[in-house]
Formats: sequence, structure tokens, C-alpha cells
Amino acid sequence: MRTPVAYYLMLSGILFMLGTVGVLTRKNALLIFMSVELQLNAVNLSLVAFSRLHNDLTGQVLAFFSMVVAAAEVVVGLAIIVAIYRRRRSVDVDDVRELRW
Amino acid sequence: MPLDNVVFWVFAPISVASAIGMLLVRNAVHAALFLIVNFFCLAVFFLLLDAPFLFAVQIIVYAGAIMVLFLFVLMLLGVDSNVPIRERLLVQRPIAFILGAGFVVELFLAIRAGVGFATKAPDAFTANEGGNTQAVAKVLFGQYFFPFEVTSILLLVAAIAAMVLAHRRTRAVTQAEIDAAEDDHQEPAPAYDAEAAS
Repeated sequence: MRTPVAYYLMLSGILFMLGTVGVLTRKNALLIFMSVELQLNAVNLSLVAFSRLHNDLTGQVLAFFSMVVAAAEVVVGLAIIVAIYRRRRSVDVDDVRELRW
Repeated sequence: MPLDNVVFWVFAPISVASAIGMLLVRNAVHAALFLIVNFFCLAVFFLLLDAPFLFAVQIIVYAGAIMVLFLFVLMLLGVDSNVPIRERLLVQRPIAFILGAGFVVELFLAIRAGVGFATKAPDAFTANEGGNTQAVAKVLFGQYFFPFEVTSILLLVAAIAAMVLAHRRTRAVTQAEIDAAEDDHQEPAPAYDAEAAS
């Protein structure tokens, strides 16, 4: 493996930043969710890169767990979005501000 | 130029470009398709980093299951309903980009201080002895057996929670009511008409 690990870490950081900007600038709840997925994937990449660097499989197992948790999170989150859409006919996060205060 | 370097420099711009495209595109379905491209690029990186098991899991779970779920919900809510969302984040957007740029600079410095830009991983990934999947299974079912069992409970709870949250409440029609309706020589009550009951 001749690509320096730092390149993977930089790529992971850039993808995480793009996901963060997506969460901050989007207003469609589904697109916010997709940006969160992007962030989770970026962290997975850095976990696997560290696993390769330290010659230890713990990073890969941790990435596997994070995928499982992400799947559960997506299921519950999308169910919540569907429930909100049934009630409000909207997926705009500005329309759901009862829980803000 | 070594082969894995070439593959990295081919797929890294694709993954960043697809992430940027996901940020900028207006249609939610197009954003989901950009995200699928990004997931496939990350799967290739997993393959480069000697993690073929995670490569397969990434494609099956993320690009397969999760994105199908996303697209399914998008279609369920209606594609057109997502278009006229008002973009009123005039102040927040530049701040978000500035903070993001600052975050990347900070990461750059942290990686240079912590790992160093010339550090290369060892040539042989000895933890993969006897196959990556077997090695991951040994760690997963040995050292991390209890967390693995806990994730199974988590998935069960998530499935039940999704059913409870997305369930449309309908009035239950008992067999006695159907029999009573038949005794009166009437049509039995429509048991599955969700629209009429809600």
C-alpha cells in the first residue's frame, strides 16, 4: 500500500465537512438525513484507514458497528419523517418547531 | 505510479464531486443518486485499505438497503412535494461554508501534526492472515461479542419503532362485528380501508 494514510484522512475530513455544510444549509428533512449519512461514511473511512495504519482489525469492526447503528438510525428517522409528513404535509424542518424551546 | 495510487486519485475527486453535487442539487432524488455514487467510491477505498468485507457490506447495506429505503420514502412522500421548499438561510449559508473551510484547515494541521503526510501504512496487513472476513469474524465474535449482541437488540428495537411510528391507525374490526353485519344481511365492514377510518 503506497498511498499515505494522511490522504485518506484528508479525504475523510473533506467529506465530513461537506456533510456538515449540508446539514447546516439544507431545509428538507430528507436531505439533512442524507448529509448525516455522508458524515457517518466519512468517519467510517477514517476508521478503516487507521485500522490499516496500525495493523489492527479493531477499526474495521468499529466501522461495521457504525454501519449497523446507521442502518437503525435511518429506519427510525425515516419513520419519524413519514409520521411528520402525514400530519403536516411537509418535510420542511421550519414547519416542525414545536420542540424547539 | 503504483496501481493503488492511481485508483485513489481517480476515485477521490469523484467522491468529493459527488458530495458537492449532493449539496448543490435541488431535486432530492438527484441528491440520493449522487449519494449512491459517493457510497460506491467509499467502497472502493475500503478495498484499497485491505477491507474487502467492509467493501461488500458497504455496497449491500449502504448503496443497497439504506439508499433504497431513502428513495422509497422519497417516492412515498411524492417527488413534487419536495421542490417548493423555501430557501431562507441567507445568513446561515456563508457562515456554514466559512466554518467548514476552517474545519478542513484545522484537520489539515491536526493530521500533519498527528500522522504526518509522508506516513505510509506497513506494506503487509498482517492482521488479515487467513482472509479478511475470517479475521474480522474472529475479532467480532471474540473480543466484541457482547456489543455485537447488543446491536441485534438495537436493530430489533429499531424495526419495532419504525412500525409503531409509521403505522397509520385504523379501527380494528373484530370477527364478531363482521358476523353481526352478515347476520343483518349487510355488507361486512371494510377492514382494510385506511382512508375511511382515519
